[in-house]
Amino acid sequence: MIIEHIDAQLPGTVTDRHAFRGDQTIVIAGEHLLAVVDLLHREGFQLLVDITAVDWPEREQRFDVVYHWLNLASQERLRVKVPVADGGSVPSLTGSFKTANWFEREVFDMFGIGFDGHPDLRRLLTWPDFPGHALRKDFPLDGGDVFCMEGCTAPYNNGERGGR
Amino acid sequence: MTTMDSIALSRQMLDGDKMIVNMGPSHPTTHGTLRIVLELEGETITKATPEMGYLHRGVEKLGESLSYQQFIPLTDRLNYCSAIMNNVGYATAVEKLLDIQIPKRAAQIRVLMSELSRVADHIVCVGVNAVDIGAFTAFLYLFKQRETAYDLFEMAAGQRLHTSFTRIGGLFRDIPEGFVPLCERFLVECAEAIDELERLLTKNPIWHDRTKGIGVISAEDAVNWGYTGPSLRAAGVPQDLRKAQPYLGYETYDFDIPVGTTGDVFDRYLVRVEEMRQSLRIIRQVLDRLEPGPVMVDDPKVALPPKEKVYTRMESLIHHFKLIMHGMEMPVGEVYSATEAANGELGFYIVSDGGKNPYRIRVRPPCLPIFSSFESQVKGGLIADAVAVLGAMNIIAGELDR
Amino acid sequence: MSELDINDAVMTTRLDAVVNWGRKNSLWPMPFGVACCAIEFMSMMASRFDLSRFGAEAMRFSPRQSDMMLILGTITNKMAPVLRTIYAQMAEPKWVISVGVCASSGGMYRTYATLQGVDRVIPVDVYVPGCPPRPESMIYGVMKLQEKIEKESLSMRKDHIARFYESLARQESLQAEKGLTSQQAIREMLMDAGERGVGTIF
Repeated sequence: MIIEHIDAQLPGTVTDRHAFRGDQTIVIAGEHLLAVVDLLHREGFQLLVDITAVDWPEREQRFDVVYHWLNLASQERLRVKVPVADGGSVPSLTGSFKTANWFEREVFDMFGIGFDGHPDLRRLLTWPDFPGHALRKDFPLDGGDVFCMEGCTAPYNNGERGGR
Repeated sequence: MTTMDSIALSRQMLDGDKMIVNMGPSHPTTHGTLRIVLELEGETITKATPEMGYLHRGVEKLGESLSYQQFIPLTDRLNYCSAIMNNVGYATAVEKLLDIQIPKRAAQIRVLMSELSRVADHIVCVGVNAVDIGAFTAFLYLFKQRETAYDLFEMAAGQRLHTSFTRIGGLFRDIPEGFVPLCERFLVECAEAIDELERLLTKNPIWHDRTKGIGVISAEDAVNWGYTGPSLRAAGVPQDLRKAQPYLGYETYDFDIPVGTTGDVFDRYLVRVEEMRQSLRIIRQVLDRLEPGPVMVDDPKVALPPKEKVYTRMESLIHHFKLIMHGMEMPVGEVYSATEAANGELGFYIVSDGGKNPYRIRVRPPCLPIFSSFESQVKGGLIADAVAVLGAMNIIAGELDR
Repeated sequence: MSELDINDAVMTTRLDAVVNWGRKNSLWPMPFGVACCAIEFMSMMASRFDLSRFGAEAMRFSPRQSDMMLILGTITNKMAPVLRTIYAQMAEPKWVISVGVCASSGGMYRTYATLQGVDRVIPVDVYVPGCPPRPESMIYGVMKLQEKIEKESLSMRKDHIARFYESLARQESLQAEKGLTSQQAIREMLMDAGERGVGTIF
C-alpha cells in the first residue's frame, strides 16, 4: 500500500521491489532517501525500527544500507534498501528520527559507511582506533588475533608456561 | 584521542564548579557493562554521555560462519535474563524464511516458556531497579520465584539459564512428567509473590518520591526515539506485537496490555508488574489447553529424524547425514521477523544466499534505542534519578552490544 | 579456685597457618559482573545457594575494599584495560577466580572482539568452567581457592603480581610513546607475546 503512495508521489525513485515471505521491500538510490523518508513520516511510518547494512563485495555498489519502518496505526512494515559504494555515504536521518543516531554510528563502526549530517559519527561497539571495519566480508573473524588460531599457547599457573 | 585524554581536556575546559563522574564500566548494578560519563554541577546533571560496546563479542560476525542450528546457543546469550524468548524469536525468523509451520503443541509450549521467561525477566528488572534505589527486600522475595522458574527450565531443557530450547522446526524435546504440576505450583506462588511485591512498593511513599516524575517521556518522543516494549507502553502507546502482529497463536489467548500515561519510572514499574500478572494468566490458559502431539515438524529436510529411525532405515540415515554435513536447504532471500521480547521488539533480519550458513544475521536489540535516549531523560535531574532511570530502562548488555 | 592449665588456654601454631586460616575464611568478593555469569552469581548469593556461609557475604563492588575478584562474564578486548586497572587497584593479598568459560578461555566467542581468556592479561588463581557454571560449581571454585590459600607462605611475595605491575607500566609507556588507546596497546602487547610464544602479557 505504501509502495503505491511512493510510486504515485515520487515516481521513478523505486528501482527494485519484492515481497519475499510477505515483507515489502524497495530499493532506492541514496539521493532520493530524504524525500522518501519525508513521505513515510507523513504517511504514519513513525517508528524507525532498525538501520543496518549488508556487504556484497562482488557488486560495484558494495553495501546495502537497510532501513526498517513500522506504521503503528496500520501495523504495516516496510524495508528500504539503499546501495552505497565503498567509501561512499548516505544522508543521515537524525534530523527526523532521533533513534537513527546510534544505529548509524553502529553501521559506520561495522562497515565504514559515512552518514552526511550526523552530529557525532564515531565508533560505537569497538574502541576508537580499532583497525578496520568488523562486519566487512574481507575482515577475518578473528581479526588477526593470534590467540584465536589453533595451536596457540595456553598459559596456566599464573603465567608459567605449560606445554609448547 | 583516548577517552582518558578527552576527559582530562574537558576537565580543563570546565569552570571550577563542574565535576565529571564516571559511572561504569565496572559498577555495582547488574545491568551489564556500560559506561556513562556524567558532568555534574553540584548534584545536578548537565550532560550525560553513555558509552557502550564493552560486551561486544562479535555475535553477528560469528553467525556468518556457523550454521542456522548452531546459532541458537548464541541467541541464548543475548538477553540472558530471559533466554528462551531469544531462542523463540530466532527460530520463528528461520521458520519464516523456510516457510514451514511448526506443530501445535510446539507452538503452545513455546508460548508457555516465553511467558515464563518474561516473568523471570521482569523479576530481575523490577528487583534490580528496587535494589538500586535501596529497597532490598523486594529483590529477595522475587528471586525465590526465579529459582522455581529455573527449576522449570532445567526440567524442560536441561539448563537453568541458557536453555537453547528451540530448534528450527520445533523444540529440542517435549516437556517431562513433573513439569505441569510444578508449573501449577509456580502460578500460585508467583501470584502471591507479586502481591507481596505490590504491598511493599506500590503505595510506598518513599518509592513514589524516588520514581514518580522521574524520566518522563511523551508518547511522540518515545516513538521518535524508537522505543518498544514496556517503556513504550508506559509512555501511553498501546503497541504490543503479541496483539498487533500475533505469532505462535497469541490471538487465541485472552490477555490485556497494560498501558501507562506519563512514561516515568513509576509507570514502567507498574506496567512490568501488571505484565507479570498477565503472563501468569496466559500460562494458565496454555496449561488448560495443552494437547498431546509431536513437538518437531515432520520434515526430514529440516528436522533431524529420531535416533531409532536413523539406526534402522537408510533414508533416515542419509537425511541425518545431509542435515549435519550440508545443513538445511535454504531459499535465497531475506526476512525480518520480530517477536515481543521482555524489553520490546526483538527483531532478527536474516539474509540467506542459499548456503549452509546465513549470509548476514542482524539482531535488532530492543534496548539500544532506549539507552541512546538516556541523556534526554536525565538532563537537569539529580544523580540519584539517573540510577533510577537506568534501572527502569532494563538495559541488558548482552543484547545491547551483542 | 583451680589454676588454668596453660595447655587449655594457649594453643601454638605457625604464623602462616593462622593468617591463612583467617584469610581463607573471610574472602570478600568483588564481583566483576559483566554478563550472564553475573546472574548465576546473584543466584549464588541469594538464599538457596548462600555464599555467606563461607564468609564471603560482604560483596564490595569496590576493588579497594575486597580481596577476591570474581570475573563473571565475557571480557572483551574493549573491557581488558578496565579489568587491568581494577585489578591494579586491589590491595594485596588478592586472588582472582575466573568464572565461566568466557572468562577462562574466551568461551564460544572466538572472534575479533573477545579476549581469549582473562589470564592473558591478569594472573588467575582458580578457573571455574561452565556456561554458566551452576552456583554449586562456583561455590566449589571458592572452596578450591580456600585450599590454595591454606598452603601459601607469608614471606614470599607473589612473583606473578609483581610481573603484572611491570606489565602495567610497560602498557602505559607503550600508550604514551605511540599515542594508542589502552585497548590497542594491549592488543599490540598480546600480538607481541604471541609471536614470542608466550601466552600472557605479564
